[in-house]
Amino acid sequence: MSDVAAAIEDAPENVRATTPLTGFVDLVIRSVLPLLLALVAGGILIATLGHNPFEFYRDIYRGGIELSAWQDSLMRASTLTPIALGLIVVFRANIWNLGYQGQFLLSAAMVAGLGPHLERHLSATLTLIVLFFVAGVTGAVWTLIPAILKAWYQTNEIITTLMMTFIGISLAAILVKGPFQDFSSNVPQTLPLNLDQLLPTIPGTRTHVGVVIAAVLVLIVHYATTRTSFGLKLQVLGANPRAAVHVGLDPKRVILTAFLCSGALVGVAAAIEILGILGYVRADYNPAYGDAVIPFVFLARLNALAVVPFILFYSVLSIGGDFAAQNSGLPVDFLLVIVGLTLLFMVFIEYLGRQREIGRSYITPGLRAGLRFRKAR
Amino acid sequence: MTSDRPHGIDSTAGADAPAVELIGITKAFPGVVANDDIHLAIRAGEVHCLLGENGAGKSTLMSVLSGMTQPDAGSIRVGGNDVRIDSPRSALALGVGMVYQHSTLVPALSVLENLLLGEGTGLRLDTESGEARLAEIAATLAVHVDPGARTGDLSLGEQQQVEIIKALWRGSNVLILDEPTSMLTPEGVAELQKVLVRLKEAGQAVVFITHKLHEATSIGDRVTILKQGRVAGALGENDLRSRTADDLQAEIVRIMFGEEAVGSAPVAELEGALPERRQAVRASGDVLLELAGVSASGDGISAGIEEVSLVLHQGEILGVAGVDGNGQRELAEVVAGQRRATVGDVLLFGMPIGKLDVRSRQKLGLRYVTDDRLGEGIVGSLGVGLNLVLKRIGQRPFWKHGRIQRGQIERQARELVAEFDVRTPSVATRAGTLSGGNIQKVLLARELSSDPKVVVFNKPTYGLDIRTTLAVRTRIQELAADGIAALVISTDLEELLGLCDRIAVLYQGRLVGTFENGPGAAERIGELMVGSRAA
Amino acid sequence: MIALPVASIFTQAFLTSLVAGGLLAGVPLMFTALGEQISEASGVLNIGLEGMMLTGAYTGFVGAYYGGHDWLGYLAAIGGGMAVSLIMVVFCVRLLLDQIVVGIAITLGAEGATSVLQGAQFGQSYPRLPAASDVSIPLLDRIPILGESLFQQPLVVYLGFALIAFTAWLLRRTRPGLNLRAAGQKPQALDAAGVSVVGTRSLAVLATGALAGLGGGYLAIAGAGIFVPFMTQGQGYIAIVICMLARGRPVWVLIGAFIFGMSLQLATALQIAGIDISTDVINMIPFVAVILSLILFARGDYLPPALAQPYVRGAR
Repeated sequence: MSDVAAAIEDAPENVRATTPLTGFVDLVIRSVLPLLLALVAGGILIATLGHNPFEFYRDIYRGGIELSAWQDSLMRASTLTPIALGLIVVFRANIWNLGYQGQFLLSAAMVAGLGPHLERHLSATLTLIVLFFVAGVTGAVWTLIPAILKAWYQTNEIITTLMMTFIGISLAAILVKGPFQDFSSNVPQTLPLNLDQLLPTIPGTRTHVGVVIAAVLVLIVHYATTRTSFGLKLQVLGANPRAAVHVGLDPKRVILTAFLCSGALVGVAAAIEILGILGYVRADYNPAYGDAVIPFVFLARLNALAVVPFILFYSVLSIGGDFAAQNSGLPVDFLLVIVGLTLLFMVFIEYLGRQREIGRSYITPGLRAGLRFRKAR
Repeated sequence: MTSDRPHGIDSTAGADAPAVELIGITKAFPGVVANDDIHLAIRAGEVHCLLGENGAGKSTLMSVLSGMTQPDAGSIRVGGNDVRIDSPRSALALGVGMVYQHSTLVPALSVLENLLLGEGTGLRLDTESGEARLAEIAATLAVHVDPGARTGDLSLGEQQQVEIIKALWRGSNVLILDEPTSMLTPEGVAELQKVLVRLKEAGQAVVFITHKLHEATSIGDRVTILKQGRVAGALGENDLRSRTADDLQAEIVRIMFGEEAVGSAPVAELEGALPERRQAVRASGDVLLELAGVSASGDGISAGIEEVSLVLHQGEILGVAGVDGNGQRELAEVVAGQRRATVGDVLLFGMPIGKLDVRSRQKLGLRYVTDDRLGEGIVGSLGVGLNLVLKRIGQRPFWKHGRIQRGQIERQARELVAEFDVRTPSVATRAGTLSGGNIQKVLLARELSSDPKVVVFNKPTYGLDIRTTLAVRTRIQELAADGIAALVISTDLEELLGLCDRIAVLYQGRLVGTFENGPGAAERIGELMVGSRAA
Repeated sequence: MIALPVASIFTQAFLTSLVAGGLLAGVPLMFTALGEQISEASGVLNIGLEGMMLTGAYTGFVGAYYGGHDWLGYLAAIGGGMAVSLIMVVFCVRLLLDQIVVGIAITLGAEGATSVLQGAQFGQSYPRLPAASDVSIPLLDRIPILGESLFQQPLVVYLGFALIAFTAWLLRRTRPGLNLRAAGQKPQALDAAGVSVVGTRSLAVLATGALAGLGGGYLAIAGAGIFVPFMTQGQGYIAIVICMLARGRPVWVLIGAFIFGMSLQLATALQIAGIDISTDVINMIPFVAVILSLILFARGDYLPPALAQPYVRGAR
């Protein structure tokens, strides 16, 4: 063997063998670093706009955690978490459900609209249960058209779910201005739910039990995605759709189920928000919660447990951000910039990581492979 | 290329300086040294064969020469001068034209568009001079090509001609052909040989890469043998001209496999790595699988299958021969359950199974080893252990009430890995990181475990190294000896001749003949493969 | 809701409003979809198109407002769109990162950024631009209904028509067009032919950014005359659908943009016809139209095989 070749063979393996500890540290760095960088970049942007970034971020802390604000953050997290779970379920299967906004708004409208009527006829607890059910079903139903189109005709779901969102926004407005309207108020909105009919609070705090519901959902989704045969089917479909057919999975069924579960989870999130905090819905209500959740779902590598700390962090950011924005005069839409930056830093760090072959990437190969439009006959 | 540079195919290179010289080329990838200090001299007016089995380093060497890869060490000389080839563009500029094993033509574009791709500097496409040049080169090669034809509609042989023309377009001196006969019919091979003769006459230096011994000795003026990344030996012009074919092949076998290999088995078989030929099994056992007038549609270019009828007996190995793309995949998928039969019935143990899905057929003992190992056979990001149970998701004992039983999966994985000799660091290793041969072993382990009764193999040894190829073929024979029925679909006629009891021929989706394996079968099968009617 | 018999809504006023207004509304879609067609032909999928359009709307508005002239606005719009598409070029074409994730990032980031910048620049006010001046083609503009629609438009619209024709020629008959199509069909072939796949795709994406920016700029300058955050309202995605349905032929982009433009314009036209349907219902129409079109027409494998696949030399 030549000297060069011998030297190459003797050299330590490029494909690194790390200890479990370094692997874990790698993971944490790659998950947390994009966020930090986005915050720093955001801070620089704030500065260029003439405001003090340190004050801004300190306001966020004040508005998000101090005094009893942490409870508000926790409650915001209980709304965001089921949305994140819904995204995790579909993303694992290489399905881009970008219609969460429409699913959320319609479910919110249904809950806020039907709630006052149900209250009069059913007990408080039963009302709540029925409303949660209604919310889940609404969210799931709103995914049906994109789900069927994708399952049967391989129609691109990015476009169809986005279209359904725009339609959903209008439909929710029609409902609120129509059958659900509270005509005693000037502004188009639904009748308010009775205060004592809302979600009960945890004793000793003013936090509603939605937090508990969200926590339970995290455990359920985590179990389902990592330990059940359904979870593996999602993974197989996401990693290699052709292999899914080859090993005998029915892609149509998996797609439909994933979509419906996803929609239902988003619907439940809407129920938590309306029944826990708002109590009613205005015709122009559109909090756009789902947009912000996307990067964290990826940073958590589509793992239901790992996404929780990220959601908590973002909840503090958004609750505190409302306060900080008021104080500084910056529009709260600024947070969208931080979200966008987080995504960009995330993919960039993935690139660096890939260059040095550090660990696994964020995105399943199926999601990375993008869209497949071929209609198999 | 400027117009005053003489076109390569008309000039003759200097008689002493080689057209291209590779000196001390070394290239390593993680875990393997693909090329180890290789020296190679290629002369004008000659066909230089580069021979070696799959994995010997031939393709890597040629990708260095064509600019697709950079060597870790070594140098290249073109026409006596040291050069750097750092991209396909520089290679083309230096006069090195490459015809890749996998087509680099764009199917949706016309022939002329493909030829003009990357040529010229103006804004407008210069179709007139393009057509003129095409006519010129085609005349030199004595072939006919329609510039306006859609490239994807041409036969594989015609597409290859276009690729050769494209390689010669800029007046190259050196033409590299990478495994050019792998997809051709015997007819196409004959056409190619004529073209090679014309190229030699025109003064081209041709490098012909192959893993087929007989091709190297019959086509080559010079043969260099690669083994595990190194030059293991060479045969010069005199050798090739003066010695007998048997003698040459024995010599090559000695170089490639060592002294013991010579004489221990008929040379032809060893080259093809065929196990001891077994006694033909009379088709007397029970019929396990039957297709009765089955038709199924194909996707896109492929035509599907039409009214295919065959029977498969217990303990029998039935081969399906044919040129790639004549319905092989559709046939396999209809049997396996991945594709619906539009007409006709598939019967297993006498029962129609048309309505059963893949998993039900699996449970009944009908297995399918796919040719598309990475594309559909395994899920690369999952571990070996999971891949081994992938066709049984949700079933006991690997899942109980939907909950995964990792211990069970791991236990079975370890057993199968040992039994099938899968080289993997652990059963949790991601399957996509294994070598091609080991992936095939994983697929075999999956399909051949848990009581198979009828197994469909699609191109089971394609692209594998000799050792694994032999192991796979031996296993198929062992299966048959145990009473399991095997349907072996393959484009390698020699493999089928060495393995099967009967061989059917698939042509344009129809089964055009079934023969008992024996003397004379090869010729008749070869004729049917290309569509000439047997008397 | 609709009390009048259907026939009577087809008055001159209604049709003119629908057709002329439809063309006006379709112009941003036309530019943007044409840009996307160039990208997709080369194999790049731009989910971030909405962000590029929105950025073009903002920079275009600012350019026209402070520059005092529409054309300065259009130039600024092109610049804005290209700047955003540069992110796409660096991350997706050069660094080979996931096109969909980056596209989402771009859109969200652009939505947030333009909103913040608008607030920083103008506070709570939404200043207006003077109405765009039209260029009339004499005689032809007297044709009823069509005349006003087609032949009495701001100059930039005629530029758009010219661009459609130019792009059609470019794709079919020129060397850069051939490279583009090869990059989208089979990048390995382009690479083997010695042409840079990354370079070809980079240029394509920049061209898309320019055109999408121009589309957004038109929306703000000639269409609405103001800039409102999130004003594109999904038109970027509609443009993607138009591109998908156009199957690689620029002339179909023109037709598709016009049809969807009419659906966007329907509310105003109906108001003119005296029919009162709630705006929420009207707002739904374009998106329902998209879904119907996808169901009916988006079949078969028209899309370039190498779409959304990053190209790595030597990868199998």
